Amino acid sequence: MTLTAHRKMQLYGALLLLPAAVLLATFAYLPTVMTVINSLFLPGFRGEPAEFVGIENYQMLFDDPTFWQVARNNLLYALGTIPTSIALALGMALFVNGKLPGRGFVRMAYFTPTILPMIAAANIWMFFYAPQIGLFNSLLERLGFSGINWLGDPSVALGSVIVMSIWKEAGFFMIFYLAALQSLPPDLKEASDLEGTSRWSFFWRVTFPLLMPTTLFVLINALINAVRVVDHLFILTKGGPNNATNLLLYYVYENAFSFFDRTTAATITVVILLVLAVVATLKFTILDRRTHYQ
Amino acid sequence: MNLASAYTPRVRYPVLPSLETVAAWLLALIWIFPLLYAFWAAFHPGEFMVNLEPFAPLTLDNFIEAWAQAPFGRYYLNTFALVAGVVLAQFVVCTLAAFAFARFPIPGKNVLFMLVLIQLFVFPEVLIVENYRIASGLGLVNTITGIGLPYVASAFGIFLLRQTFKTIPRELEDAARIEGCNWLEILWKVYVPLAKPTYLAYGLVSISHHWNNFLWPLVVTNSVESRPLTVGLGVFSAPETGVNWATVSAATLLSIAPLLVAFLLFQRQFVQSFLRAGIR
Repeated sequence: MTLTAHRKMQLYGALLLLPAAVLLATFAYLPTVMTVINSLFLPGFRGEPAEFVGIENYQMLFDDPTFWQVARNNLLYALGTIPTSIALALGMALFVNGKLPGRGFVRMAYFTPTILPMIAAANIWMFFYAPQIGLFNSLLERLGFSGINWLGDPSVALGSVIVMSIWKEAGFFMIFYLAALQSLPPDLKEASDLEGTSRWSFFWRVTFPLLMPTTLFVLINALINAVRVVDHLFILTKGGPNNATNLLLYYVYENAFSFFDRTTAATITVVILLVLAVVATLKFTILDRRTHYQ
Repeated sequence: MNLASAYTPRVRYPVLPSLETVAAWLLALIWIFPLLYAFWAAFHPGEFMVNLEPFAPLTLDNFIEAWAQAPFGRYYLNTFALVAGVVLAQFVVCTLAAFAFARFPIPGKNVLFMLVLIQLFVFPEVLIVENYRIASGLGLVNTITGIGLPYVASAFGIFLLRQTFKTIPRELEDAARIEGCNWLEILWKVYVPLAKPTYLAYGLVSISHHWNNFLWPLVVTNSVESRPLTVGLGVFSAPETGVNWATVSAATLLSIAPLLVAFLLFQRQFVQSFLRAGIR
């Protein structure tokens, strides 16, 4: 290839990239940079220029007990949703991977919540959780127990939100396990059958270790979702009662669009970006190295 | 796919279902129950919401009520326009970028590609505050373009298509060039047709994502003219509006019906798309 031809190719390639580059710069890089900058300034009032305050906004944030409550909620939300939905997903995948009457229906039942908008799912679950006329409480009352204020009691509300999230996510993770199970070489099973290995130890010694890359992949996705998905809070609790179910991204939304405090919103956003950066690093180092062994 | 059945001898199911079968079915019934319950609630008068009486009269009143109380027709139109627009624009923009990454010598290509991949983690909704400012600076607030535009340069789409394009043998490209095709013709006549399964998978995942998306559309829209279904439903079912629950169920079903029907019809494609798009 001549030099000019090579140059031409380079130019052509750059032109092909241009639309994506402009859009990514506008809606990803520029806002990221602006967020970081805003977190270092205090806005000026009445046309005065913004004042550079360095890490003062972060100090303010870290002194705010509400922030720590929200961060703790988000951690509990992640700890509450992720292990359970992954375990359920694996169980579901094992169920529908084997011989099972009505397997098609069972598989569909597990996967259906995935296809629903979070808002619609929250609407449906709202009926279950409602204090007086909700299904859960009317069941409890029929059994002779007193009802629980599922979304209004600060000690129960986050748990209620978590239960709904598990229902929404488990089926999605199931399909990754199902695919992994179906790609396992069948001769492993044959060999273990010849050896007379029990199904239980076959699962723990062979299947489960071989599914490790899938588990890590699902785990990364679940971590991102735990930070990103807040739609259900708009219907179920609005972060209440008393911030008991408030999560980081919802707190950003509240600060920016209810309290009109864009500086605090920017500061929390930077914290979220740092969390996502850790998850991204995890993915690109551990996960990508692991999957090469497959 | 069915390697397992190749060696397992066919067994007849025992008369008594195994413990595993019972557990699998029980879990399935629990999982499908909320949706079935929404159906029940939507098709019966409000007073039967809780007691689930089997012979309660069926009614369509809840749907009529919901349709009358909120402009669902408009919401449908907005959602269709949004989803169609986003998916088409994503196809074009991501195809061009993926082609560049797969086949062109661009200085610093690997660094550029890593920069693109950042968007897999930093979604438009995480940056809602600044994105709102940018959208408002561009005059895109309260427009369907404003809802869709931040998602058009999808890192995920670029990544998936680049992977697919890379597997297409260069010989096909050379043959097309001998025929006198220029680059765009090669892309259109060789690469795009061979990547059809990827487009299908990505398209289905993207459709369901944008049909279901809520936070960014909520922030960037403020009136009926541009609201998609999810935001309309969120506004409709807010407790303050005092709408009764049977009506909310009907509204919920109205909002999910097209996607749900599509899913029931093309279940296999949906599941495979999520899988194909997820494994990266």
